[in-house]
Amino acid sequence: MSPRAKMILGRVAQAIPVILGVVVISFVLTRALPGDPAAYFAGPAADAESIAEIREALGLDKPLLQQFFYYVGDLARGELGTSLTTGQTVLADLAARLPASLELTLVALLLSCAIAIPLGVLAATRPGTWVDHLCRVLVTAGVSMPTFFTGIVLIYVFYYLTGLAPSPLGRLDFIYLSPPHVTGFYLIDAAVAGDFETWFGALKQLILPATTLALFTLAPIARMTRAAMLSALSSDFIRTARAAGLGSRKVLYGYAFRNALLPVVTTLGMVFSFTLGANVLVEKVFAWPGIGSYAVEALVVSDYAAVQGFVLAMALLFVVLNLIIDIAYALIDPRIGLN
Amino acid sequence: MTETSRRTFLKYSGATVGAAMLPFLKAMPAQAATGGTIVVVSGQTINSLDLHRTGTNRASYQVAVNCYDRLVSFGTKAAPGGGLSYDYTVIEPELAESWTTSDDGLTMTFKLKPDATFWDGRKVTAADVKWSFDRAVSAGGFPSVQMKAGGLLRPDQFEAVDDETFVIKLDKPSKLTLPDLAVPVPFIINAEVAKANATDDDPWAMDYLHTTPAGSGAFKVARWDQGQQLVYERNDAWVGGPLPSFERVIVREVPSPATRRALVERGDVQMSFNIPNKDAAELDAMPGVDVYSTPIENCMHCLCPNFNFEPFQDANVRKALAYAIPYEAIFQTAAYGRGAPLWGGDAEISDTAWPRKSPFMTDLAKAKEHMAASGFASGFEVPLSISLGLADWMEPTALLLQESFAEIGIKTQIEKIPGANWRSAALVEKRLPLHLENFGGWLNTPDYYFFWAYKHGHLFNSSNYLNEEIEKLVDDTLHIAVDDPAYAPNIKRMMQIAFEDLPRIPLWQPALNVAMNGADGYEFWFHRQLDVRPLTSATS
Repeated sequence: MSPRAKMILGRVAQAIPVILGVVVISFVLTRALPGDPAAYFAGPAADAESIAEIREALGLDKPLLQQFFYYVGDLARGELGTSLTTGQTVLADLAARLPASLELTLVALLLSCAIAIPLGVLAATRPGTWVDHLCRVLVTAGVSMPTFFTGIVLIYVFYYLTGLAPSPLGRLDFIYLSPPHVTGFYLIDAAVAGDFETWFGALKQLILPATTLALFTLAPIARMTRAAMLSALSSDFIRTARAAGLGSRKVLYGYAFRNALLPVVTTLGMVFSFTLGANVLVEKVFAWPGIGSYAVEALVVSDYAAVQGFVLAMALLFVVLNLIIDIAYALIDPRIGLN
Repeated sequence: MTETSRRTFLKYSGATVGAAMLPFLKAMPAQAATGGTIVVVSGQTINSLDLHRTGTNRASYQVAVNCYDRLVSFGTKAAPGGGLSYDYTVIEPELAESWTTSDDGLTMTFKLKPDATFWDGRKVTAADVKWSFDRAVSAGGFPSVQMKAGGLLRPDQFEAVDDETFVIKLDKPSKLTLPDLAVPVPFIINAEVAKANATDDDPWAMDYLHTTPAGSGAFKVARWDQGQQLVYERNDAWVGGPLPSFERVIVREVPSPATRRALVERGDVQMSFNIPNKDAAELDAMPGVDVYSTPIENCMHCLCPNFNFEPFQDANVRKALAYAIPYEAIFQTAAYGRGAPLWGGDAEISDTAWPRKSPFMTDLAKAKEHMAASGFASGFEVPLSISLGLADWMEPTALLLQESFAEIGIKTQIEKIPGANWRSAALVEKRLPLHLENFGGWLNTPDYYFFWAYKHGHLFNSSNYLNEEIEKLVDDTLHIAVDDPAYAPNIKRMMQIAFEDLPRIPLWQPALNVAMNGADGYEFWFHRQLDVRPLTSATS
């Protein structure tokens, strides 16, 4: 077995105790939430009797330990239970909402990287110039404006005032039908179905929310790129490379940039994970049916199954994400090397 | 098709989208040539298409209204504040063609419309009605409680005599039975379809009807993407009332009020349902957007002093509270003047209108007099509880109350209770010493309100109020007819006691706000959900 495959297997093995811990903690934490889901869902005119009926139906009348074993048993069979707030199975909810959030977050990050990384590199190679100042201003503005505010301002300017953007009505305007489900990513599904009218429809809906998120995530990426580039450019191996008479392009992109990418990728991983959870407000403003608003709604009403399902899904996602970052490391790191 | 062309088109067609223009239609053929589409936005999420299911939320009641029929419905009248409203005093046929009540009031016989069919083409029979009613009284939870209010308790009360004759037998005659048949709960399901999808564990087909309605109503559900949208499609064979003008209604969920407002202001959606008071006040001032703010019948926002808390057992303290409330400031700040004031009324009760203005108004001198005369002249401390789920009106109200009560020596700390806890704390355990409350009764008679909110032990009597005379008056009045000679005097006496004892101090009557841009025909309903059937395009 190659050392790289061994490393990947090792990382997967390390994730198992983490997942087990998450299962226990999410169960205990949801039970520790204030609130009585049975009373809440019994509805406006319920009496004590109907609340008790619902408590029994939800299995909440059983001792905690027994509830836990039921929960683990269901998990083992791949069942996450039914969400009371949406009336759907948690699995169906996650399948519908996770791709929506992932699509938005990924597009936003791509956009963000496309701007932030060149900007960071430029700022590092020309410190103190107008590019550097522009980078600083953009970064400060992006991070200091809360996303819901940026979102509303963008809607106001690009939709309300100028009419350039489509109605902020979620993933697709009402005149389109969602593409047949393959991955849950509308851009991919519409392309697979060959329906480019819907593809453009989905893209148009994505632009404003993705820009909002991109503005917010610009800051850490640009700052990290700039700092990493600066430190790489002032390091010994660059001096040696320059002394050896290598071209400035080769020095900058072949050596400095490749080394500077390592901390940037780490930051990207972190930014991705917090954006996925933190874009609740963007989801609300743009009526985006994502995972963040789902989790918040579920938390507010103590919807146990939904909260547990969300925490578990996120934990799994993070494990996969970390794995991808580790692999990306191996690809980028010149010390491990590919050529 | 570009956005601009769609917008331009919306303008020319008076905001109804022509069927041929919609890519949406590619997937939904077989459309009539007339009609159109209306887009409605709402901040609430629909979590089930079956009202009887446990856990179905309020927003989902609209499916029962629009997709199913009941035996009877309410009439229509002009609403205060513009637009239309349902009319509690008029009962109209929906699935029933006619009905009779026996002389002793114990047997009601309904004749079904002979031409009524379900969506699958099968005739609506009395057996379907019986099955649906059996389900409503057996489901438990809210549907059964609501059926009980009309004296409908057990399956053996319902009988399908023949295909078109349905009989209800009552234990006692009640004026509430017929109106209770017009609320969303006793809707009529296609029993054959439901039974075919029922299982031993699920005899009432709750799992099936949860996602797949089977009814005879004006609209079918063409598409339901939970958390995103519900698409209604007209049932052209509907016989329950006049055929709706729109062929398709799209209800989109948009959580952010700011986004909803931008959408309706620009006219890209024709209706924003249940908008915040602030937006209603501001949109009303704009040309092009019509705002309907209908005071919700039989509903009021009130301040409830709990009788289990010692200082509030003192009548003078309760009156001091009632005189210390800055009513006008609260009404303007928390409600932006939307709704109806409930203070400064006549001391003498001359009619049976309810909610009505209490005889109290802001008068700090009187409040201080009452405090001085009470056993708590030196003041006391008490938490003032509000629900975070209703913070939009409760929070500003509580802050203004806190300021005012401090002036008469009542120190309050505002206690914010999460929405999930509020019901247990306020209504079930009834343990909040001083809190805000907003019960509204579906059946619009004062005695029904008193039954829920003033009778001891009843759910919305969160003040633990007990008055023997009220108990007797409510029991005597609840089921007698409105034209019974005892009715008016009993009601007036109840109101008199309520204003004397003050277990609930009325603040104002809240409004349901709806903004329309390019559509007409909005009708307010007591259930506060959207009835899409009467909507029309603005130009037609």
